[in-house]
Amino acid sequence: MEWLQQLFNGISLGSIYALIALGYTMVYGIIKLINFAHGEVFMIGSFTGFYAIAFWGLGFFPALILSMAVCAVFGVLIERVAYKRLRDSTRIAALITAIGVSLLIQYVVIYIRGAQPEAYPNVLPNRSFDVFGVQISSQSLLILVVSVVLMIVLQFIVHRTKIGKAMRAVSYDPDAAKLMGINVNNTISATFAIGSALAGAAGVIFGVYYTKIDPLMGVIPGLKAFIAAVLGGIGIIPGAVIGGFVLGIVETVVSALGFSLWRDAAAFIILILILIFRPSGIFGKNSKEKV
Amino acid sequence: MLNVEEIDVYYGNIKALKGISLNVNEGEIVTLIGANGAGKSTLLKTLSGLLKPKKGKIEYGNKSIAGRPAQVIVKAGISHVPEGRRVFANMTVEENLELGAYLRKDLKGIRNDFEKVFELFPRLFERKKQLSGTLSGGEQQMLAMGRALMAKPKLLLLDEPSMGLAPLLVKTIFSIIEEINRNGTTILLVEQNANMALSIATRAYVIETGSVITSGTAEKLQASEEIRKAYLGGM
Ligand SMILES: Nc1ncnc2c1ncn2[C@@H]1O[C@H](COP(=O)(O)OP(=O)(O)OP(=O)(O)O)[C@@H](O)[C@H]1O
Ligand SMILES: [Mg+2]
Repeated sequence: MEWLQQLFNGISLGSIYALIALGYTMVYGIIKLINFAHGEVFMIGSFTGFYAIAFWGLGFFPALILSMAVCAVFGVLIERVAYKRLRDSTRIAALITAIGVSLLIQYVVIYIRGAQPEAYPNVLPNRSFDVFGVQISSQSLLILVVSVVLMIVLQFIVHRTKIGKAMRAVSYDPDAAKLMGINVNNTISATFAIGSALAGAAGVIFGVYYTKIDPLMGVIPGLKAFIAAVLGGIGIIPGAVIGGFVLGIVETVVSALGFSLWRDAAAFIILILILIFRPSGIFGKNSKEKV
Repeated sequence: MLNVEEIDVYYGNIKALKGISLNVNEGEIVTLIGANGAGKSTLLKTLSGLLKPKKGKIEYGNKSIAGRPAQVIVKAGISHVPEGRRVFANMTVEENLELGAYLRKDLKGIRNDFEKVFELFPRLFERKKQLSGTLSGGEQQMLAMGRALMAKPKLLLLDEPSMGLAPLLVKTIFSIIEEINRNGTTILLVEQNANMALSIATRAYVIETGSVITSGTAEKLQASEEIRKAYLGGM
């Protein structure tokens, strides 16, 4: 039963990675940029939720929605200010810019409020119940449900709505998308908005789950989510979800085996292995099919 | 309907179009012929807003469209079927057609045009739910044309629709182009297959290294000794 318990914990952690990884993979899919500032969007989301709950007395759901909205706007702003003008430049220039944006956001936040951590207020009732010997807290169950619902909503947006179809078209062939009358700039903005909103949600969920947040909190989860996205095949939406869950479970299992100090190393070992043996990820095809 | 005057288009420092002028009247099929690298595709891309001319005028129904974004041009009624089809291989036939109607809001009209496209290309109807990347080359060409028609264009730009197709299918595609034209869509057709193109066209322009070298009615060009030698296999 111990194992089932670890599996459940791993899935909870994995759902946070998955939510962040989705933003990485969507942005990569559409402009082929690894948005290293994405972890900072997650951090901003977490702080937005924190202030909303601690100072304005909002409940979990209103705080979640507010933080998603703030992050959506923030993500679009980052794209318009920093990345848009680099669309036709080399990839390395865009990548370095992303790292710069990431550092800028971290240190502006530290400048404004200091580097000290914050304790996330307890907004969710926390009762534990026993399911087949697994201790499931109502909190982690709710978090899991929220994550899964968000992923289903995303799947619906991408496959059923007009903007979702435009996103897929632009990521496949931007010029052909233009010929359909699709406004590529707006579609890219929408992608940033949606990906960032998911990171914002992940930030609030992370805060509630791990209770301690600080301005550099985005770095490690950001990197892990990036690994999750690569693991699933960067640019592939279901890949990010699966990659997130796999990574969460692997980390939990490594800790449970008594190697908790190796937890972070495990993630990077996965990254190295995947880059050596299957750089296109679990779901990636090795080459894009073109006729 | 379309009036192009003296446009220059560059790729970086390379001048691909050098003062090209041409015009297309409503109801016509106008064809552009020319060797590889002459600038035919560049011209179509400029007309549909993928490239911006550095100089010159492009007027469409008395409005200047030079350098306007592609979505404005699609909305104005010009659709471009690009070279190499460029269907969205990761989406179904139906989704590709839906994207063709991206800017339209008249749901009833869209449903109507779905039916028209399926009448024109019955094979697409049978393969509605198939991923378009798994279609044959000919079917992809049909899809690319159907997708452009879903925008309900007044002017259709076709870039080498016969490329890589078996002779029988080329015939089918060309008769469909004529049918589209009879249904009221003006056509600007780029072709390597000059014989076929001239056989359905009203007028033609011959392009060489970024400039128009001859133009005239299709009959006149078909009769011209020079053109026959250079582009029609000297028959
Ligand atoms: N993206 C590009 N960057 C730089 N040069 C380009 C680009 N696309 C085309 N060219 C150049 O512009 C010129 C015209 O090319 P274009 O594709 O318009 O020719 P085309 O007449 O359509 O030829 P084809 O019949 O082979 O399709 C060529 O010399 C080509 O090398
Ligand atoms: Mg061409």
